[in-house]
Amino acid sequence: MNKTSNLLTRRKTLLAAAGMALAAPSIVTSARAENKYGPGVSDTEIKIGNTNPYSGNASAYGANGRAASAYFRMINEQGGINGRKINYISLDDGYSPPKTVELTRQLVERDGVLLLHAPLGTACNTAIHHYMNQKKVPQLFVATGASKWGDPAHNPWTMGWQPDYHTEGVIYAKHALANVKDPKIAILRQNDDMGVDYLEGFRQGLGSVAEKFIVETATYEVTDPTIDSQMLQLKNTGANVFYNITTPKFAAQAIKKAAEIGWKPAHYLVNVAASLGATLRPAGMENCQGIITAFYTKDPVDPRWASSPDFVTWKAWMEKYNAGGNIADGSNVTGYANAFTMAHVLRACGDNLTRENVMHEAASLKNVEIPMLLPGIKLNTSATNFYPIQAVNMARIEGDHWAMFGELISASQG
Amino acid sequence: MAASATSWATRRGIGWWALAFWIFMLVLPLMGSAFPSESFDYYMFMGQSMMVYAIAVLGLNLLTGFNGQISLGHGAFFALGAYTAAILMIDFGWPYWATIPVVAIVCFGAGFLFGFPALKLESHYLALATFTLAIAVPQLLKHKSIAGWTGGVSGLVLEKPDPPFGLPISPDQFLFYFCLLMAMILFWAAFNLLRGRSGRAMMAIRDHGMAAGTMGIDTSLYKTITFGISALYTGIAGALSAITVAYVAPDSFALPLSIAFLVGLVVGGIGSLPGCLIGGAFLVLVQNWSQSLSDVLKETFSLQYDVPSWAIYGVLLLLLMYVMPTGIAGGVLRLRGAIAGRLRRVETVRSKPLVLQSEGEKH
Repeated sequence: MNKTSNLLTRRKTLLAAAGMALAAPSIVTSARAENKYGPGVSDTEIKIGNTNPYSGNASAYGANGRAASAYFRMINEQGGINGRKINYISLDDGYSPPKTVELTRQLVERDGVLLLHAPLGTACNTAIHHYMNQKKVPQLFVATGASKWGDPAHNPWTMGWQPDYHTEGVIYAKHALANVKDPKIAILRQNDDMGVDYLEGFRQGLGSVAEKFIVETATYEVTDPTIDSQMLQLKNTGANVFYNITTPKFAAQAIKKAAEIGWKPAHYLVNVAASLGATLRPAGMENCQGIITAFYTKDPVDPRWASSPDFVTWKAWMEKYNAGGNIADGSNVTGYANAFTMAHVLRACGDNLTRENVMHEAASLKNVEIPMLLPGIKLNTSATNFYPIQAVNMARIEGDHWAMFGELISASQG
Repeated sequence: MAASATSWATRRGIGWWALAFWIFMLVLPLMGSAFPSESFDYYMFMGQSMMVYAIAVLGLNLLTGFNGQISLGHGAFFALGAYTAAILMIDFGWPYWATIPVVAIVCFGAGFLFGFPALKLESHYLALATFTLAIAVPQLLKHKSIAGWTGGVSGLVLEKPDPPFGLPISPDQFLFYFCLLMAMILFWAAFNLLRGRSGRAMMAIRDHGMAAGTMGIDTSLYKTITFGISALYTGIAGALSAITVAYVAPDSFALPLSIAFLVGLVVGGIGSLPGCLIGGAFLVLVQNWSQSLSDVLKETFSLQYDVPSWAIYGVLLLLLMYVMPTGIAGGVLRLRGAIAGRLRRVETVRSKPLVLQSEGEKH
């Protein structure tokens, strides 16, 4: 009897000890329970979704997604963000909006991601815009320059990142009005949403004289082989201003053709195509003299940045984590800088990783500096301002590089 | 191919399989109410996509599988149906369900008219002519003269319908039922069409156009009407796609879509109705699988590079075509035939060995 009771008490102590042992970590967990987690977040992981065109017509843009994946691979090797690894799920939508919807629903409803980072393409983002806001899932730093992403009053779960095309168009128009006497403007435009946005901004910048000054607008499809006939058509109008709304391949063709047919207008080339490596060098630098654009990132093949610390870091990252990527491809810069912004926001969230707080932090950027952006450009957002990057610097080709001129122009001034 | 096409319709017993399948589909969404989960609506959406593709593949099958006309441009009719529905909903404020009959008429008309020039073209030439249609349509949709209707490059954003009469199901469950209803009607109609006189005429034209003509079949009329019906089916699929995705844009109807229909058709089984359902499911599932498979391969073998999911998709297609040259439906039928044949032989060996011998002598 005594023995058994002894045994019982011993058992009880054992149990109590075990209980204590169990309780000790449970105290820790209860402390951790104060951490607020949204879907896809645990003590060790943050799940992030992304869609990119890795196949199809627009597969060249897929470099953005590869760069972002490579960036988070580096972050994970360095220990993650506040101790949490980033599980970056990037899927191929082939630039087809219905596919984007399907994959986004897979990411949100099946895989349970915390948020969608930098889905690429205006049409693809439009297709999921309503869904994301209805579901209250952050659609952050979308990889498109359309102007509709910064609308917190109606779509508080969606935020853009790069300076929008519309504003850039306004800036070129103002510059042309101020610097060219009696402008007669010819426009070459890619027939897609980017082209429309750039054109609308430009028209707005011209204001009431738009109809008078724009003498011709020619379009091409992204699947066209060349734009030679459009260039001849534009030259024949006798225009003295050429607004070149193209992507790199066509921009290079246009510059070459203009030189061939001896047309020398004031030439405004949109930022999308302003890469030295992808556009200007293939077109021949001698044909590019005087071309004007607006920049917000550092051109990776511009020798001026070769020794700046952020470029050195970027280049090392390219070699180690994104070795398949092309150094001259600007998408590797934007993809990297965009992912850096995402990581910054997640870091700022600390242990409060709810969807609400992620949006709150994304909308609270104060003078944040991001590598590979031009010196002086800082990211600012607020509850009413969902346009993180708002400044550009105008530049002109002089010799073999872009020479910046003037000061940073902010979008609000534009 | 042709043999399996005609034999399934006349074979008795297949009706039970079809019935079981449709009942299963009817019960499926109720699972979500029984076991609620966050991802169920996603699976419902996938189900909708599968049915949409199945109907589109059925449209192409009526033309290619049962009438012998090859089309590489059915994405164009899909786009026409999607835009007709979207424009009616946005500019005229029509309810989503009312757009379907109009889409049917518009697409039938377009298909019928395209069928006339198609009469002059045989096989590969027709394929090329329809190919141009698939290339032209996304550009045409962007044209500024109709951009006011189509929304130009930015497309049209639609409202997703809510379940009517306050039904206690989610919008996705409801849309699943809506797609299912359309699929049932359209498959039933196709089944009846093909079983009857017109269906036999269509198939006679496929098998030997001149012989069909001598038997008194108006081959031109049948060919153009088949083109119209085919476009009608694919157009309705497009309308359903617009309603379920709630967005249409020129980028949604690029060339790969038309190719996808053809892939669905060939994989499912040319000239087979159940094959269309298999093809529809294949189009939705296998692309996703090949992507997951690519990730798995990369992880298991700790590769330094990505295995492109499209390469895996291609290899899968090749394998499938070698193993089942008549598509999955044809393959299953053949397999069933082979097993049944063996069973019958085993049975006869056991019970009536003498009969087998006499059968053997016959050969």
